[in-house]
Amino acid sequence: MTWGRSWVRAVLPPVVFGLLFVAAWEVFVRAADIRAYVLAAPSAILRETGDRFHNIAVATGHSGLNALVGLAVGTVLGVLLAALCGRLALLGQTFAPLVAALAAVPIVCLAPILNNMYSLTSTIPRREVVAISAFVPIFINTLRGLQHLAPVHAELMASYAASGTDVLRTIRIPGALPHFFTGLRIAASLAVIASVVSEYFGGLKDGLGSRITDNVKATDYPAAWASVLGAVVLGLAFFLAALAVERLVLGRQAAGLT
Amino acid sequence: MTAAVEITGASKTFTTRSGPVHALTDVDLTVGRGEFVSLIGPSGCGKSTLLRLIGDLLQPTTGTVLVNGKSARQARLDQDYGFAFQQAGLLDWRTVRSNVELPLQLHGVGRSARRARAEELLALVGLEDFGGHRPPQLSGGMQQRVAIARALAESPTLLLMDEPFGALDEMTRERMQGELVRIAGETGAAVVFVTHSIPEAVFLSHRVVVMSPRPGRITDVVEVPLGARTEDTREDPGFFAAVTAVREALRGRPAGDVGQRLKDVRSAL
Repeated sequence: MTWGRSWVRAVLPPVVFGLLFVAAWEVFVRAADIRAYVLAAPSAILRETGDRFHNIAVATGHSGLNALVGLAVGTVLGVLLAALCGRLALLGQTFAPLVAALAAVPIVCLAPILNNMYSLTSTIPRREVVAISAFVPIFINTLRGLQHLAPVHAELMASYAASGTDVLRTIRIPGALPHFFTGLRIAASLAVIASVVSEYFGGLKDGLGSRITDNVKATDYPAAWASVLGAVVLGLAFFLAALAVERLVLGRQAAGLT
Repeated sequence: MTAAVEITGASKTFTTRSGPVHALTDVDLTVGRGEFVSLIGPSGCGKSTLLRLIGDLLQPTTGTVLVNGKSARQARLDQDYGFAFQQAGLLDWRTVRSNVELPLQLHGVGRSARRARAEELLALVGLEDFGGHRPPQLSGGMQQRVAIARALAESPTLLLMDEPFGALDEMTRERMQGELVRIAGETGAAVVFVTHSIPEAVFLSHRVVVMSPRPGRITDVVEVPLGARTEDTREDPGFFAAVTAVREALRGRPAGDVGQRLKDVRSAL
């Protein structure tokens, strides 16, 4: 009951605002007679989306698969390296500043260079860009979580004569989970951005990014916008999926099931 | 029978960037089995350091610390003591019950034995209905009770407590003191209790150890001959006499004998 009401209260305001915003956009484009190459009307974008739904869906699938594979690889690498760095202080001191520096690098810039390393029809360079982008927030957040140990917990575990492995198992890993999921949420959004933008630099023409550049070259702006809409949906889907996994796991943890 | 705690000539010096800090110098202290001893003194007098020497969370620079007749380190490995800190230090992602089970789990006690012991301890601290709750759902006083239950999990012969009620309001604090006296009596454990509060030290203890800073040392030991504690104890003339004695000792005057002080008070009335 209250859950339903609070859900409505959480969802209704942004949805209403979004619909009003789109309506205002439509009115503005029509009233001011704006050309499509400056700003396409929402109705035109929707029409294009409907007409090319199948093609956009296929392109979304290709970009989404690249994002998913890259995200998975980046997540596994990020967690593994964070676990190593948390365990071996010297490794942490070596890698943590390097990865922090990597966080400031616009990684999609690597796309054209990576493209040249593989054949023209390879999806590998895109997935590498995604993996590197996703790796950074996963590594940084997970390591921060693993390294955090409250003084009272450190003394408590010392009073139990507990081993380092015990501390890792009972305090550091469960304590790091919320940090890891914060990283995963950031990484999920970054993965979609990296996947779509890396297509802007040539290579295989099967995803949303290459559709957008092709449509713009052909001055078909409503079609380009329609592909952007696909990217928006993809980004939201990744973010919500990450959020759902987080809720599921932390909810189980909170309920004492793990 | 060996004493619960036997400290001889213990000193602790910390090396800091601005030079050595003498946290404790030349401390001798013996705590008998089942005895309740409080350590009181201003900040920096080394009372928390002394407690950590007993628990082997710190090691003395010189001198020896024996717990149940063995080295403090061996006593820690044998889990002879339970420790309660100023912060409850519960694990928020575990239920109350599973927090109490933590030391048992770490030391390989089976699931059902663990569960049974946790239920028993939660009943002892009056939280039998809260086993399935999570710590953030409990008040500060309830969280401290969980921490005390956890410290008692392995039936230690010694409880080490570092201002466990320091963050609680006065009413909760007095109720917790009453419960602690009862629990210490029921379990027969000796207790070394660090506090800032004179009435708290007097209410709880058989003996109050008065410490002073720079360098941290024991300056006086006040016997509190008050018998079994009840809520009426707090209004007993003997209680006030002991409070005055501890206060005098903290000011650096000789505390004298509480019994004699009490006789003086009674004759003045």
